[in-house]
Amino acid sequence: MTDIVKEEQKITHDDPSVVSRRWMLLKLGVLINAAVGVAVAVPVVRYLLGPIKRKGAYNSWISLGAIDQFPIGETRLATYKNPFTDPWDGETANTACWVRRVDQTNFQVFAINCAHLGCPVRWFPQSGLFMCPCHGGVYYADGSRASGPPERGLFTYEYKVAGNELHISAGQTPTLSNEASNSLRVLNNNKGCGSCAG
Amino acid sequence: MRWLKQTYDWLELRLQLQAPVEDAALHPVPRNTASWWYVFGSAAFTLLLLQIATGILLAIVYVPSAANAWNSLNTLNHHLPLGWFLRAMHGWGSNFMVAVVLIHMAQVFLFGAYKFPRELTWMVGVFLLLMTLGMAFTGEVMRFDQDAYWGLGIGVSIVGRVPLIGGPLVNLMMGGPIIGGATLSRFFDLHVFVIPGTLLVLVAAHVWMVLKLGINDWPMPGRPVRRSTYMAEYHKLSHEQGFPFVPGAFWKDLIFSGAVIAAVAVCAAVFGPYGPNGQPDPTIIQTTPKPDFFFLWIYAVLAYLPPSLETPFILIVPILGIAVLLALPFYAGEGEKSWHRRPVAVLVLVTVAISFGVFTHLGTFTPWSPIMDAWSSDTVPTKFLHNLSPVERQGAVVFQAKQCRNCHSLGGIGGLRGPALDDVATRLTEDQLIRQVLQGGGNMPAYGKNLSPPEVTALVKFLVTLHPPSQLPATNAAGQATAHLSPLSSPTGTAKQ
Repeated sequence: MTDIVKEEQKITHDDPSVVSRRWMLLKLGVLINAAVGVAVAVPVVRYLLGPIKRKGAYNSWISLGAIDQFPIGETRLATYKNPFTDPWDGETANTACWVRRVDQTNFQVFAINCAHLGCPVRWFPQSGLFMCPCHGGVYYADGSRASGPPERGLFTYEYKVAGNELHISAGQTPTLSNEASNSLRVLNNNKGCGSCAG
Repeated sequence: MRWLKQTYDWLELRLQLQAPVEDAALHPVPRNTASWWYVFGSAAFTLLLLQIATGILLAIVYVPSAANAWNSLNTLNHHLPLGWFLRAMHGWGSNFMVAVVLIHMAQVFLFGAYKFPRELTWMVGVFLLLMTLGMAFTGEVMRFDQDAYWGLGIGVSIVGRVPLIGGPLVNLMMGGPIIGGATLSRFFDLHVFVIPGTLLVLVAAHVWMVLKLGINDWPMPGRPVRRSTYMAEYHKLSHEQGFPFVPGAFWKDLIFSGAVIAAVAVCAAVFGPYGPNGQPDPTIIQTTPKPDFFFLWIYAVLAYLPPSLETPFILIVPILGIAVLLALPFYAGEGEKSWHRRPVAVLVLVTVAISFGVFTHLGTFTPWSPIMDAWSSDTVPTKFLHNLSPVERQGAVVFQAKQCRNCHSLGGIGGLRGPALDDVATRLTEDQLIRQVLQGGGNMPAYGKNLSPPEVTALVKFLVTLHPPSQLPATNAAGQATAHLSPLSSPTGTAKQ
C-alpha cells in the first residue's frame, strides 16, 4: 500500500504532465458534482419555501354567522374554520376571534392573539377590558392598548356585512409583521384615549 | 469459549477496530483529571443515548399529526402498558440532559478548559448547547397540547418581529398561514431528524477533539496557559506522570452516568410523564400557557421588557450572547485557568446562575399576569370589612366586580400585577385615588369609561379605609397645612378597628 503511494508521489513529483492531467480530471469531477448539486438543490429550496406566499394571499372572506347573534354594545367570542387547512389539522384548523358590535352597522373584530406574543386574550365585560394570561397585556374595549408589554392595540380584522351575515377577511395568524387588517379601514378613532375619559 | 474467541478474531480481521479502540481507551491522561468534577460530559452523552433510545420507542406509537398527536399521547399514557413510563423517561431525560449540559458548560468555563488548544472543542460545545435547547423546545412542541400550541404562538410572534422578512419567516416556520398540521410535521422533522443528526455529528467532533487533545488538566493557580509551552507541559502531565484513561478516570464516568440514568428512572416513576394537558384547540381560550422549566426564564424576561426595547432585545441579545460565547476562547485563549486567579469569570458565572434562578423562580408564579378568576373566586378578607359604612361596603363590591382583584391583592390574595392594596390609603390621598382609578397610569388601565360616578365614589371610599389601624391615611399637605399636624387628631373617614 505504502509503496504505491510513494511511487505515485515520485511520479507526480517528476512528471508535471501526468500531474496536471490527473488533477484536471479530478477538478472536472468536482465541477460536474457541483453543477448537479446546484441543479438538484434549486428545486429543494423552492420546495422548502413553498409556504411563503405574497401578502394577503392566504386571506379570504369568512362568515362568522348571522349578525343577530352579536348584541349591540357587547363583545362576543366567535369561531371559524380557517380557509387554508389540511385534513390532518384537526381542531387546530379552528380559530377564535372577538366580535364587538358598536351599533347597528358598525363592528370591530379583534384577533384572539395578544399583540405582544400571541397568547389568547380574554374579555371581561364587567371592567370592559381584554386581559392576556401570558405577560399581562391589557386592552380597552375598543382594542386599544391599556397597559402591559404590548406595543400596540389588538389586531383588527377587516369586516363587511353581507346580507344578514358578518364576514371577516382572515386566514392567517396575525403577528407584528402580518397584521390582520391590510388596509387602514379601522373603525375606532379614539385609540389609546383611555385617559381622556371620565 | 473457544468459539467466542474465533468469532472475535474473524470479526477483528475484517473490522480492525481493536487498535483504535485501545488507543482511545488507554490514552494517557493527567492523574488529576480523574475527578468527580469531570463526569458531566460523559453523563450528557449517556443521556443523549437514553433520549435516542426512548425517542425511538415513543415513535412506534406517536402520530405526528395535529389531528391525532394529542390522542396518541393519551393512548401512550393510559392504554399501553408502561407507555406512561417511557414518556416520563423521555421527558425527565430531557430535563436532566439540559441540566447536565449546563452544569458541564459551567464547569468547563470555571476550569478554563476552553483555553488553548481546546478553543474549537468549546465552540462546538456552544452549538451542542443550542442543539440541546432546540431539542427541548421542539420536544415541547411534540407534546402537542395547549402549552405546545401557544408556545408555538409565542415563537411565531417573536419571528414576526424580524424586520423586512418577518412575514415570510412566520409562514416558513408554521408551514402555512396558521399553526396546524404542517407546523407539527416540520417540528417533528426538526426534533427527530435534523437536530439529532447534527447533534450526533457535533458530538463526534467534540469527543474526537477531547481524545486527540486530552482532557483538560486540573487548573493550578500560577500555572498559566502559554501557546508556546502548553503542549509540552500537558504531554509531560499525561505521558510521564499520568495513567491510562481506562480504568483510572473512566470508572467515575461510568458510576455517575449510571447514577444519572437511575435518577431519571426514579423521577419518571415517581413524578410520571409531562402532560399532555388540554387539547390543542385554539378556540379554548381558558388557558394559561407556560413554557417548560428551562424556558421559564425567557418567559419572565419577556414580561419585564419595556415595549420599545422588546423587539431589538429579542432579536439582538441572543445573537450577541452566542457571539460572546463563541468569541470567549479567542479573547481569553491563554492565561490562568484556575478560578482562584479569575475573579471576573467567577463573578460572571455567579451572576448568570443567580439571574437564571431568579427569572426562573419568577416564571413559576408569573407575578406580571392578572389572575383571571381572582375577582370571582377570592373573597375580601373580613378584617377589611369591619365597621364600614354602606357606601364603603358597596365600594368593596365594586372592587371585586370590576376585577380590580385580578391585579391587586388584599390580605395577600389576588393578582400581583399591580401593588397590594392593604395599605393603599397611606400612599395615596382620596383625590389621588380618584385620579388613579379614572385615568389609570403607571401601567394601570383607566377605568373612567367603565365606572359610573356612584361606583367611583363607593370604590374610593372603600380604598380610603385601607390602612393599618396604627397609621393615618395620606392627606394633602398643601390643602390641609395644619389641620392634621397633631398626631391625636383622627383621620377623615372611618378608621378600621
